[in-house]
Amino acid sequence: MKGSLGARFAQVIPTLLLVTILVFGLQQLMPGDPAMLLAGEERDPAVLAQIRTQLWLDRPLALQYLHWLGNVLHGDLGQSLRIGLPVSQLVLTKLPVTLQLGVMAFIFAVCIGVPTGVMSAVGRNGVWDHLANLVGLAGLSTPNFWLGIMLILLVSVKLGWLPPSGYVSLAEDWRQSLATTVMPAFVLGNAIAAILMRHTRSAMLTALDQDYVRTARAKGLRERVVVLRHALRNALVPVVTLGALELGTLLSGAVLTEQVFTIPGFGKLIVDAVFNRDYPVVQGVVLVTATVYVLLNLLADVLYVLINPRMRAA
Amino acid sequence: MRRILIACLGAMMAGPVAAQTLRIGIADDADMLDPTLGRTFVGRIVFASLCDKLLDIDEKLAIVPQLATGYEWTDPVTLVMKLRPNVVFQDGEKFDAAAVKFSLDRHLSMQGSTRRGEIATLDHVDVVDPLTVKLVLKSASSPFLSQLTDRAGMIVSPKAAQALGGDFGNHPVCAGPFKFTERVAQDRIVLDKFADYWNAGAIKLQRVVFRPIPDNTVRLANLQGGALDMAERFQPSDVEVIGKDSKLKMVMVGGLGYQGLTFNIANGSQKRTPMMQDARVRQAFALSIDRAALVQVVYNGVHTPVAQAVPPSSPFYDPAVPPAGRDVARAQALLKEAGVKTPVTVELMLPNAPDQRQTGEVIQSMAAEAGFDVKLRTTEFVTALKASTSGEYETFSIGWSGRTDADGNLYNFVHTGMALNDSHYSSKEADDLLDQARAVTDIGARRQLYGKLAQVLNRDLPIMYLYSPKNIFAMTAKVNGYVPVPDWIIRPQGMTVAP
Repeated sequence: MKGSLGARFAQVIPTLLLVTILVFGLQQLMPGDPAMLLAGEERDPAVLAQIRTQLWLDRPLALQYLHWLGNVLHGDLGQSLRIGLPVSQLVLTKLPVTLQLGVMAFIFAVCIGVPTGVMSAVGRNGVWDHLANLVGLAGLSTPNFWLGIMLILLVSVKLGWLPPSGYVSLAEDWRQSLATTVMPAFVLGNAIAAILMRHTRSAMLTALDQDYVRTARAKGLRERVVVLRHALRNALVPVVTLGALELGTLLSGAVLTEQVFTIPGFGKLIVDAVFNRDYPVVQGVVLVTATVYVLLNLLADVLYVLINPRMRAA
Repeated sequence: MRRILIACLGAMMAGPVAAQTLRIGIADDADMLDPTLGRTFVGRIVFASLCDKLLDIDEKLAIVPQLATGYEWTDPVTLVMKLRPNVVFQDGEKFDAAAVKFSLDRHLSMQGSTRRGEIATLDHVDVVDPLTVKLVLKSASSPFLSQLTDRAGMIVSPKAAQALGGDFGNHPVCAGPFKFTERVAQDRIVLDKFADYWNAGAIKLQRVVFRPIPDNTVRLANLQGGALDMAERFQPSDVEVIGKDSKLKMVMVGGLGYQGLTFNIANGSQKRTPMMQDARVRQAFALSIDRAALVQVVYNGVHTPVAQAVPPSSPFYDPAVPPAGRDVARAQALLKEAGVKTPVTVELMLPNAPDQRQTGEVIQSMAAEAGFDVKLRTTEFVTALKASTSGEYETFSIGWSGRTDADGNLYNFVHTGMALNDSHYSSKEADDLLDQARAVTDIGARRQLYGKLAQVLNRDLPIMYLYSPKNIFAMTAKVNGYVPVPDWIIRPQGMTVAP
């Protein structure tokens, strides 16, 4: 066991190194000259030259990479070229915003997706089933940005119930924080709710046909108890796995949702940085995200080994 | 249940809104809030509330005093400025001639300064007495004064600038009406009233909040939904919606810049096309385009067709050079005279934006009637900029945000060897007119010179000026006192927000 875990740990270093090469390579893939955009409209040759020196763009590619990697290893992700703040500070202030949005979206997705899936399976081929299927299909097919704009127009402009954009942290004012995030979280959770609904329905249909459910009914248990205690508990296992996988989708979905609702989170940070050719921010954000993914994968592997005795033996 | 829901929503909506707060929606996030390093237009909107300048411009583009009370050219290269007494910076430090010298020297010497090019003609600054400075130029330059009406004229607190160094942009300290309170990148910039502002009587607002919202649909929804009091840069397609909303007011403000087509005359090493080689081919192309129809079709007639680098509101605009009408017969005759084989293939590079693509299609269809086969090359903006600098294009649709002085719209673009002369146009006649206009201070005389230059440029066509864009501002009916100025900067003086 120690050997397999040790090998897994040893893989992390080259993986992260590969990630840094990929992240750095992104800079080369982006078209155009970043210095030209950063120099402002005047494109003053002296300013252009100064930006190229500052970005190490006037050095060979390998040197640029090593210089950046050296800084990263010393914990310095650089400074935003556009607003002059350290990238690490930007990452630390934006990450909690997206996490809050993601958690709320996930709660929405579970609260909507699972009960609808159960209702749909219980009333198979009935009105509720067809209605839930229709809503689920609509949820899957509606693009986030369109739903977001429509909700802003309806809930904020027409009804005036919620603010159309912006963000206030929970610590600052919890009511305003909920007011600003409830709509984007709903939009973000919508597509996942639809997926969870479809999977819950199919898992429930399978469970309801099982012998133990028939036995439970034969024992004279109430239908509610049969569905919730016996069928749902078993049906939820694959749904929980799927839900965990969809957490990744939440992060990528946040990119669009944060743009529409002008929420200063991680997604908006990276999109704005790409459009503004703010290389240190793009590289820093992608590197942090990739590192988190690699470490989470490692954690999952470790947990598998700890939980599953057969893997321990392997 | 319904009652509980409504109560919850009510509680969530009841956030504190400070009295007399003006919330302005801007189309991008500002860059560094340091007048020496700032590069963006939205940054200039923020600076108008944060940093006063030596001079300002009014709605008729006349230069008016701000931190300087007056100025005098004692000779063509010496500008003496009298400074306003009893002015303090937001950190309590005194504003004086030494502070002016410090800021101007900082513009010239700081690493990464984007002001250096604007005031490159400044040789040195002398402190005559605490309220008088003498600016000595390397050579006569009448446009120099107008530079002091923008970021180059903003004076920062020397004490704060020295203490903060490169971090000054995150904690700016100037002598403007509002002091910096906080900035949450990509979300808001908050400024609060500075009690000791020299012109405090003109400031009715307690707080100004700038909120960057890039998407114009979302910006408009925020204005309609009450999350903003005012916003800038709406699209001509939004005009109808804003006009129909009784709670909103709209102001279309003519600008200082232009949108045009740059023709590659001699940039790069590729094969010379008929368009590059012969001015008659370019003239024929220009004659095939109806500017007014183009503006009507693509921009609902909002913008102003022009055939010169300055807008009609500029004191340097020559009314004797109006946009020429469309003349397909004359265009065809010119092509025949030039002896080129029709259809003449022209590649038009356009930034990848919906209105630009539409502009390209309109030009394509108009020019086809005169004998041009226009191929559209839609290109991402930064890539297009690189292509235009290195000469990898034939015709490029690009605009310029504009400067108060005509020199700022022309010299860098059409004078031989300048940084933004992507056409590589070189004409002694044009160079002489540009240099003469720099050396003369009388506005009438300069207008005449720029008028002559406009004629030369319409003949040689390194750039075909199409129209001068307007900025569409919208605000709620509660906002009063906004004075539209062609530089599109929102000045907080005199503005109020009704409760």
